[in-house]
Amino acid sequence: MEKFPKNLKYSREHEWVKVDGNIAQVGITDYAQSELGDVVYVELPEVGADVEANNTFGVVESVKAVSDLFAPVTGSITEINPQLEEEPELVNSDPYEDGWMIKIEMSDTSELNDLLDADEYKTFVEEESK
Amino acid sequence: MTEPSGALRRTTLYETHVAAGAKMVPFAGHEMPVQYTGVIEEHHAVRRAAGLFDVSHMGEFEAEGPGAAAFLQRLVTNDVSRLEAGRVMYCAMCKEDGGIVDDLTVYRLAEARYMAVVNAANIEKDWAWMSARRVPGVEFRNLSEETGLLALQGPRAEAILARLIPGGGDLGAIPYYGAGGRDVAGRRALVSRTGYTGEDGFELYCAAADAPALWGALMAEGAGEGLKPCGLGARDTLRTEMKFALYGNDIDETTNPLEAGLGWVVKFNAGDFIGREALLRIKEAGLSRKLVGFEMVDRGIPRHGAEILAGGRKAGAVTSGTMSPSLGKAIGIGYVPLTHAAEGCEIAVDIREKARAARVVKTPFYRRG
Repeated sequence: MEKFPKNLKYSREHEWVKVDGNIAQVGITDYAQSELGDVVYVELPEVGADVEANNTFGVVESVKAVSDLFAPVTGSITEINPQLEEEPELVNSDPYEDGWMIKIEMSDTSELNDLLDADEYKTFVEEESK
Repeated sequence: MTEPSGALRRTTLYETHVAAGAKMVPFAGHEMPVQYTGVIEEHHAVRRAAGLFDVSHMGEFEAEGPGAAAFLQRLVTNDVSRLEAGRVMYCAMCKEDGGIVDDLTVYRLAEARYMAVVNAANIEKDWAWMSARRVPGVEFRNLSEETGLLALQGPRAEAILARLIPGGGDLGAIPYYGAGGRDVAGRRALVSRTGYTGEDGFELYCAAADAPALWGALMAEGAGEGLKPCGLGARDTLRTEMKFALYGNDIDETTNPLEAGLGWVVKFNAGDFIGREALLRIKEAGLSRKLVGFEMVDRGIPRHGAEILAGGRKAGAVTSGTMSPSLGKAIGIGYVPLTHAAEGCEIAVDIREKARAARVVKTPFYRRG
């Protein structure tokens, strides 16, 4: 698995975004899942709920820790990954594909410009883990 | 223990842990491994094969002399006078008001020589508390720095350990909560059939300097049958499944052993131990709350400090909680009023401002086999 897929955008809170028109698919990065350790619980908003960029939209819990999930963009939830209820470990095993969390219908696609590209995020992670 | 890094101490196994890829975290003043490969994998290794833990951060005090038994008898709630040489006793140590100073194990190493094993976070506090209550005829020594401690736990533990002792070590002669000296891989160790996981297994006390050699020998001997190095993360999920109390989480100076479910180590006939009168009064007046185990009915993981609700009202607090790797359920431990302490009682836990249903269950949560 690629650790920093080129086709994604990244937040400084370690979420990734895959853009398809005005829909943003969101999950947490490989770096984030490896820092968390075994993910045992994911709590996501309901479909239809509004989320705001840089505000929390849910939580991800490892055995030992609870971490907030931050929305990288503003909009409303169109879909959540139903598999995570039964198989939260997908966040560890396949963070960029089967471990995705939510899809957001963006209200302002210009917010994407505030996100990092793969190279910028890689540098950001290297700085943070020093 | 080797030289400290900043304020944190390191055990003699620090380099071994780092070389094995452990994630190190501060715990009770020590830099300790929280996990090597993953908490859940390590947890299952202990339940299904074996796990090896470095618990050298724990404290060891020795009391020796004709007054040693009376000295300890006054300090702890259990009946030390009934402890035979080569046996171990779990105890609470209380303040005058019955609040718990620490929970500890007491070993009778010889006729007039005892060892008290205390929680790492409480070494300084316990040392001060106990030293101040010394009686004539006792030599009291803090051996925490020079003592290494490894816990080898799991169904394969005995077979692995036996192969490292000349002649197999006659481990069958060491009963549960018994201990004896053995040469393990050429190093002298006190081999104790005790642990904090709910599995059969041993704790090996050795010279701190010998801990890396012992660790290496055990790992080499056991790797073929699934022995894994385990960190504090798995130690916590394993003990939580057994509802073994963790000092600082489930018990502390504001809780007493009776409400914490440790009444079985309070022996009112054991003479005038500190806290006896207060505990007797509490017992006679009746408990107001009890430490119980519960399972989540709604989704969510209860965490230390979360409010417990009973009948819609705040009734207590979660003291420990986790996703149980063995049961695949979210479980918790907490204090609830006696009215809600019976098995099957419905309570709720406030998780992120939402009352989530839970049910009081029988403990231990996990049963072997």
